[in-house]
Amino acid sequence: MRQNLQITAAAPDPALLDLPWDVPLEMWPDEVLAALPRGISRHIVRFVKMSGRVIAVKEIGETVAYREYELLRQLSRIDVPSVEPVGVITGRRAPDGEPLEAVLVTQHLQFSLPYRALFSQSLQPETATRLIDALAVLLVRLHLVGFYWGDVSLSNTLFRRDAGSFAAYLVDAETGDLHDRLSDGQRSYDLEVARVNIIGELMDLQAGGLLEEDVDTVDIGARLVDRYQRLWTTLTVEETFNAGERWRVAERIDRLNEAGFDVGELDITTDIDGTTLHIQPKVVDAGHHSRRLMRLTGLDVQENQARRLLNDLDTYAAAMDRQNDEEEFVAHDWLTHVFEPAVRSVPRELRRKLEPAQIFHELLDHRWYISREQGRDVPVPEAARSYVDNVLRHRPDELAVLGASGLADEDEDA
Amino acid sequence: MATVTYDHASRIYPGTERPAVDALNLHVEDGEFLVLVGPSGCGKSTSLRMLAGLEDVNAGRILIGDRDVTDVQPKDRDIAMVFQNYALYPHMTVADNMGFALKIAGTPKAEIRTRVEEAAKILDLSQYLDRKPKALSGGQRQRVAMGRAIVRQPQVFLMDEPLSNLDAKLRVQTRTQIASLQRRLGVTTVYVTHDQTEALTMGDRIAVLKDGLLQQVGTPREMYDTPSNVFVAGFIGSPAMNIGTFNLAQGYAALGAAKIAVPRAAADAISSGDQGSITIGFRPESLDVVPAGSADGIPVIVNLVEELGSDAFVYGSLSDELGKAVDTIHSGAGDGQIVVRVDPRQVPHKGETIWVRIRPNEQHLFHAGSGERIAA
Repeated sequence: MRQNLQITAAAPDPALLDLPWDVPLEMWPDEVLAALPRGISRHIVRFVKMSGRVIAVKEIGETVAYREYELLRQLSRIDVPSVEPVGVITGRRAPDGEPLEAVLVTQHLQFSLPYRALFSQSLQPETATRLIDALAVLLVRLHLVGFYWGDVSLSNTLFRRDAGSFAAYLVDAETGDLHDRLSDGQRSYDLEVARVNIIGELMDLQAGGLLEEDVDTVDIGARLVDRYQRLWTTLTVEETFNAGERWRVAERIDRLNEAGFDVGELDITTDIDGTTLHIQPKVVDAGHHSRRLMRLTGLDVQENQARRLLNDLDTYAAAMDRQNDEEEFVAHDWLTHVFEPAVRSVPRELRRKLEPAQIFHELLDHRWYISREQGRDVPVPEAARSYVDNVLRHRPDELAVLGASGLADEDEDA
Repeated sequence: MATVTYDHASRIYPGTERPAVDALNLHVEDGEFLVLVGPSGCGKSTSLRMLAGLEDVNAGRILIGDRDVTDVQPKDRDIAMVFQNYALYPHMTVADNMGFALKIAGTPKAEIRTRVEEAAKILDLSQYLDRKPKALSGGQRQRVAMGRAIVRQPQVFLMDEPLSNLDAKLRVQTRTQIASLQRRLGVTTVYVTHDQTEALTMGDRIAVLKDGLLQQVGTPREMYDTPSNVFVAGFIGSPAMNIGTFNLAQGYAALGAAKIAVPRAAADAISSGDQGSITIGFRPESLDVVPAGSADGIPVIVNLVEELGSDAFVYGSLSDELGKAVDTIHSGAGDGQIVVRVDPRQVPHKGETIWVRIRPNEQHLFHAGSGERIAA
């Protein structure tokens, strides 16, 4: 029986048509699949190679598929870190005429890592807390734009390295809802679901021997709540002070910048007699440092990578005695004389292991480390050679953690 | 376990004038399975989320048992949202998958084991407790997920369209499972759906909402037999009730070419707001096919016959004195359409005119103005 496929996509790729839609996802042949580690999902999910990229295909009910597609589109429009939706495909039929489930197709996030892959690589206990911190930032950002997630978990999140920490991306919006503004009840429910899910996921890693037995999973779950609440307060709390202390407005903005946020709109009100000032941030946008770096250099990187690069730029300006020059000019010179040569010194075949900004960050770390060891200021080109030979060469390939699985089928669709 | 009470509870979204839920008064008995049903935007999900603590209550109160939970945080309400998350953990046993939330809450090990075993018994999972989820079938995995909510022994289960994600066949199966499970557990349950069949088959009682207003609450039988207004009459039942508004003159409503006697009490109840009209509803199965020209017979032009084996439905139009179709009636099949259940062994042909008569006492009478039921 012929299929009558319906493809809904913003920018359809004709290669989509070549995939075996008449076969249940569970039985797709290995040659179309990309060997990526799969998360825990209640649906069948497969990573598929298509036109030189990787897409994620999830079998899911038709109405839910359209709903999630729309939500993901809205989220990417308002610039929330989430996976990019590719489209929805319905009307699938097996050759015997049996109807098959609709699928939601999303773009696989390059250099992203599911938490289970991170734990299978290295057993550092800090990995867990870093993931939690990244997830707390993501949850605050989602709540600020009015997104209620409904099923916050490590499984529904992807992580990208971001200098010494991680940046989190939302992958599963199935249970989510976009509102004008979230109620405190919605936020606290999301947070409680997150806490319980995270602890459950970590307990599961312990049961599987991927996380040490003595790690206090309940404590890590509580850390999320704590991190979230502190950041939420920093971003939203109303402050009241004397009209004479106006410097506190600037101080509040600095504090928000420090936390990685820009103030889009600040509400300032005074009492009738003008002696008391109230300030409350109305609109805050994440990515303060990454936007600044983008403006100066055109580099599009994660927030903490941007911090690191901006610090190096400042060091460069100081070393060249150019602190009073126009920042744009200094940044341009730093880009062409420091950043680009360093990244280019990495052999081409090793570049896909990490994002360029992450390579640069690790190179700076490595340089600091060997400089201290050798008691001298090791020049960047020399540090780069040492980094490539002693560190990068031994790192797994993270453009798309191909073959790094080892988790293969044990955990699918549970 | 506990009762649930909505006491004049309202939810008004910022920037809107009309409440999403308008002064809802509803009492759910201990152990009852109550279904909130209505078309999209009627306020059913908002009502459930108010009970869950996910939506603010702008006026009125919500009580669980005798406790006012209006301003209580969701996690402290002792409720469980079922089906929100049923991804199972691959390295943990079925027992641990069911009991891990209790472990987080610091429940003693022995008690966790007891509660998990009890839940497993109800869910038919006892022999799988020490296995990994991988060894289970799809249906068993879904029951493990239900077990997670059950072991928490909440006062109330909340379910928001839990079946919307399943295909038609599995939906019918799971529907029955949930309903029978709820009866065995006896936990007060509030269930939201847009599907009136789901509501009729699952609920002890059904509450129909429209535009944020409660229309009627009652048992499936009450909702079906005595809908309190035109909206409920048209919403509950499949195929839907035939409903039309007709002129009333000398105790008779004029249905196309036919005249239908309206009881005196009902005719007397007609008010100025009704402008001399009456709304009459009759279900497809409340019609008998009668010989042409019978008293109170209504001529119907057959447009289509739907044969379902055990049943057959005629989709037709009322005709006027000249045999032309009139569109003063509507049904689930659309405006101007009337649906008649006929003997599946004697189906008429397309284009034929058949005569039907409403069975005594099986018509529903409503005010043409307000849409409210006229008490018989």
